[in-house]
Amino acid sequence: MKAVYKRELESYFNTMTGYVFIAIVSAFIGLYFVLYNLRMGHPYFAAALASTIAVFIFAVPVLTMKSFAEERKTKTDQMLLTYPVSVPSIVLGKFFAMMTVYLIPMLIGCLCPLVIRIVGTGSLVIDYSTILLYLLLGAFFISIGMFVSALTDSQVIAAVVTMAALLVIVIWDAITNYIPETPVASLIGFIVIFFLAAFIIYRTTRCWTAPALIAIFGLVASVACYFLAEDWFQGALGKLLAALSIYGTINNFITYYTFDVKGLLIIVCFIILFVYLTIQAVQRRRWN
Amino acid sequence: MIEVRNLVKQYGDHYAVNDISFTIEKGRIYGFLGPNGAGKTTTMNIMTGYIGLTSGQVIVNGHDIQEEPYEAKSCIGYLPEHPPVYGDMTPLEYVTFAAELKNIPAAEREESIKKAMELTKIVDVQDRLIKNLSKGYRQRVGFAQAILGFPEVIILDEPTVGLDPRQIHEMRELIRSLGKDHTVILSSHILSEVQDVCDHIIIIHKGKLIAQGTPEELENQMRGAAMELTLKSDDPEKVGAILSAIPGAKNVTCHPAKNGEVMAELEPESKTLDLREAVFGACAAAGCPLLMMKPSSISLESVFLELIADTGAEKEINAAGAEKPEEAEPEQSPEAPETEEKGGDTE
Repeated sequence: MKAVYKRELESYFNTMTGYVFIAIVSAFIGLYFVLYNLRMGHPYFAAALASTIAVFIFAVPVLTMKSFAEERKTKTDQMLLTYPVSVPSIVLGKFFAMMTVYLIPMLIGCLCPLVIRIVGTGSLVIDYSTILLYLLLGAFFISIGMFVSALTDSQVIAAVVTMAALLVIVIWDAITNYIPETPVASLIGFIVIFFLAAFIIYRTTRCWTAPALIAIFGLVASVACYFLAEDWFQGALGKLLAALSIYGTINNFITYYTFDVKGLLIIVCFIILFVYLTIQAVQRRRWN
Repeated sequence: MIEVRNLVKQYGDHYAVNDISFTIEKGRIYGFLGPNGAGKTTTMNIMTGYIGLTSGQVIVNGHDIQEEPYEAKSCIGYLPEHPPVYGDMTPLEYVTFAAELKNIPAAEREESIKKAMELTKIVDVQDRLIKNLSKGYRQRVGFAQAILGFPEVIILDEPTVGLDPRQIHEMRELIRSLGKDHTVILSSHILSEVQDVCDHIIIIHKGKLIAQGTPEELENQMRGAAMELTLKSDDPEKVGAILSAIPGAKNVTCHPAKNGEVMAELEPESKTLDLREAVFGACAAAGCPLLMMKPSSISLESVFLELIADTGAEKEINAAGAEKPEEAEPEQSPEAPETEEKGGDTE
């Protein structure tokens, strides 16, 4: 893992990618910091950082797009996979290398609350907690980008798909607000989710039994619940999807200063899930 | 050393490798021979653990490549068809990375890096970016990575493609010297190369193993007994009549050449029949001076093409075994014309 990590980190600074990412992200953080905190006099750096979310949607895919897609294109994955290293350690090495690059503009951002403290009054606790939350959000974004990159050998496709996925995550709350609240809508929604899950499992494993069981179980359970507990189905789909709102968790903290432990756990689980899926995607390629 | 048992690799309905079994013994140089798309690269990719297999088993040094990949991969150095080099690194950085990845102990690391780079002669370019190097140098950087730490088995997929003739010569010398105390497996579609370097040849065609044996065994198997003659005569038909009259001769062809000479070819009825004396006697008796007599030489490549064309039909021949191929295409052992850069396998 250490060798992969070192090489990957070096490659970000042997090529322009690392510098471009750091330059763009720090420039925008600095810009918003000047506008919000220094010019408009907002006491919290957290607000400035929250405004830069759009930059992350575009910058993180640039960081992650090459992680696996390029290896596949240039066939260097052939070296990694025939060496005595395990796939998880390759994936983790790359993940931590990207996290390290991501960390650099965040460390630069750590100076901002201190500047506020010097010239006025702010809350170091809130500001630094926000920076930590943005590290977690970054890890989540990177895990998604890495997974998408492992699915394709085109960096452009990896970048575009990752951008779309990140955009959906950020506007998730706006989307879930429009989900109809009737029990029937929830029923259809749950059935669709189960069938989608079954389809994805079938596509990955090429095995019929497990997906068929999931689809049948989903269908039966959803319909049974619908008839037995119709009240519960009222708006259930919307509630479930809203609970998965990742950006909402971060936003809650920045706006209301509420620390949502459940939301944080969900983010951590998603990071682990996407790292795991990346490992599986790399492994699976060997079998096709 | 390596045991491949009933290896099958299926892509949908297409069999890239279809039930191949062979054993690789220690300290010899093996050559995989086959036309493009025969399954050489796929077989090597499976042996090195890069891709999975549909069924069968590959055992490297007692370790199953699927069950114990770490132990099995530790004994193998692999140079794939396209050298897996990172363009944004220098050869020195790259080989150092490879050494770290191979878990070569820190104490021996510097020494083995130096050795691998010296053997492959990339020391003069060690500080240039790999993306700026020529194909030949990239190939050598890939080769350095494969022999780094001197693993017990070195697998090379078309190691000489893209090299100039001098580099090809050096590469072959290097492979030969490695073969003294390592097991080397290389693939090629160039018969002369395999014959030149390898102790044992495995011929693969359409995913099947169609022949294997030492070069001598294969040569004997492929050799016919036809001969080419040049005689002094103005009348090809007369020469044809003389030669046809020899007992045991068949397929006599004659055509006039310049300076009042006739070129003729004939085959004995059976491979073991030696017609040389009879031909000499017949020509002398007819007063037709025999200027030249030699066994027919057709290029090794065309023999090989003949073999795969003939045995493509699901027939397995083992040179060591009793079954002999039907074709009696004669063959000597001159270097076949080298045809480099035929393009890679497409599997």
